[in-house]
Amino acid sequence: MTRLRGRGISAVNYPTGMNLGGDPSQALIHATTTGNFVVTLSSVDLGQGLRTIMTQIAAEVLGVPPESVIIDTADTDTGPHCMGTFASRATHRIGNAIIMAATEARNALLDVAGEELEVAAADLETDGDGRIAVKGVPGKSISVLDAALAAHFKYGRTISGRGIYLKPRSYPDFETGAMDPDSCQAHACTIAEVEVDTETGEVRVLKLTSAYEIGRALNPMMVEQQIVGGSWMGMSHALYETTEPYYPDRAHGPVDFAEYLMPGPADIPQYDAVILERPSASGPFGAKGIGEMTANSPIPAIANAIFDACGVRIDELPITPEKLLRALDAAAVAPRR
Amino acid sequence: MRSSFVSFTLNGEEKELLIAPGQRLVDVLREQCGAMGTRNGCGQGGCGACTVHVDAVPMLSCLVLAELAEGCDILTIEGAARDRTLHALQEAFVAEAATQCGFCTAGMIMAAKALLDRDPAPQREAVVEALSGNVCRCTGYEPIIAAVLAAAAMLARLPAAAA
Ligand code: FES
Ligand code: FES
Repeated sequence: MTRLRGRGISAVNYPTGMNLGGDPSQALIHATTTGNFVVTLSSVDLGQGLRTIMTQIAAEVLGVPPESVIIDTADTDTGPHCMGTFASRATHRIGNAIIMAATEARNALLDVAGEELEVAAADLETDGDGRIAVKGVPGKSISVLDAALAAHFKYGRTISGRGIYLKPRSYPDFETGAMDPDSCQAHACTIAEVEVDTETGEVRVLKLTSAYEIGRALNPMMVEQQIVGGSWMGMSHALYETTEPYYPDRAHGPVDFAEYLMPGPADIPQYDAVILERPSASGPFGAKGIGEMTANSPIPAIANAIFDACGVRIDELPITPEKLLRALDAAAVAPRR
Repeated sequence: MRSSFVSFTLNGEEKELLIAPGQRLVDVLREQCGAMGTRNGCGQGGCGACTVHVDAVPMLSCLVLAELAEGCDILTIEGAARDRTLHALQEAFVAEAATQCGFCTAGMIMAAKALLDRDPAPQREAVVEALSGNVCRCTGYEPIIAAVLAAAAMLARLPAAAA
């Protein structure tokens, strides 16, 4: 039995969002009588944490605590339009829509607070903790709750805001083919270290080291979750997962969890990642999308590491022991290209 | 075959339920007891999302006939926290960011709790082994393994009764 070690590198540019026929998303915000702010979206949280990010963005712009933001998502019959959660677009598109809606709602809130305190709205500031005070006069203040009550019961006004972010459709230039299909690009580099068993054809990923440049990490802990989970998923695509192992033949396709291969807790590599921040001009607080690229970048790195380890280049996923052994056999017969 | 009454304890509470023949424990817990924390993932023993404790043994509730629960003591994720205080595992899952979509989380915690109940200071290999029947699509497993080890460390610092 021979175990060969190898190392491979990949570099990825990943677009945030898509071109489509124009790519809009909307957000609507209104205050309740209790001074909570409801953010109505048609976007879906797939588990990546969209609700958390949208709460952070709304709270930051409104100037209220995150606990008083209620995210109401995903009734596409009644909610404002959203293209959807895909193309690593949600933080960018919906985040920008929320910034616009929250800015309008904040202005409405400060107008009411200004009337109650008999000062100009421009002289007010929020403390992020549920109070609105006259700048430089912290003693002269009103709670967000009292402002919301006054808006409803005294002035007959809504504290609300409308937001939309549209990435306009970009047509390719007829002469050059140049176009602007996305809003910004995130970047990644992954180094994979693998061990190939040339007798069994099995590949073990020992370590995945990545650097991700994502504009701004709005929630660093969740960014790390995406990177670690994505590293696993990339490894899974590189070495395990398929519904048609002999594509286009459907034979031996898995039908349940027992047959659909994925790496389990005993098969994981050491994960290591650094986050780099180069704020994007169009992103909410400079953020770009990180979602999908985390599962992409490990794949070519692992394929390259296998080549480095044993000199065979497999260009069909997943790189199963069977494919690897056949390629090793072929390489032993034919001289290497 | 006729339905029959089955009695068991669920998270310390006596239950007596009319159970149809062939009903699975996972469905009885979710639909008749309202204990929705236990997930029905694959329904065939492949994912671990439905893990509960039956007489302190972790079991896949999608593979357990509810009639066989007669006289048993069943613990689900709803019974993991006590007196509105999270179990150390729940605390650690939050702190280590060991949950994303959350679909696997209840099963992961119940599988890990069974391990810590019998081996309060497990090595990493024992944690990996204990979780090997539970599938997670989101986290890459490392944060979950880290959370179980952190919970064990947390419990070691607590007085025994609190565990
Ligand atoms: S639902 Fe029971 S193991 Fe998947
Ligand atoms: S957190 Fe989504 S399946 Fe584990």
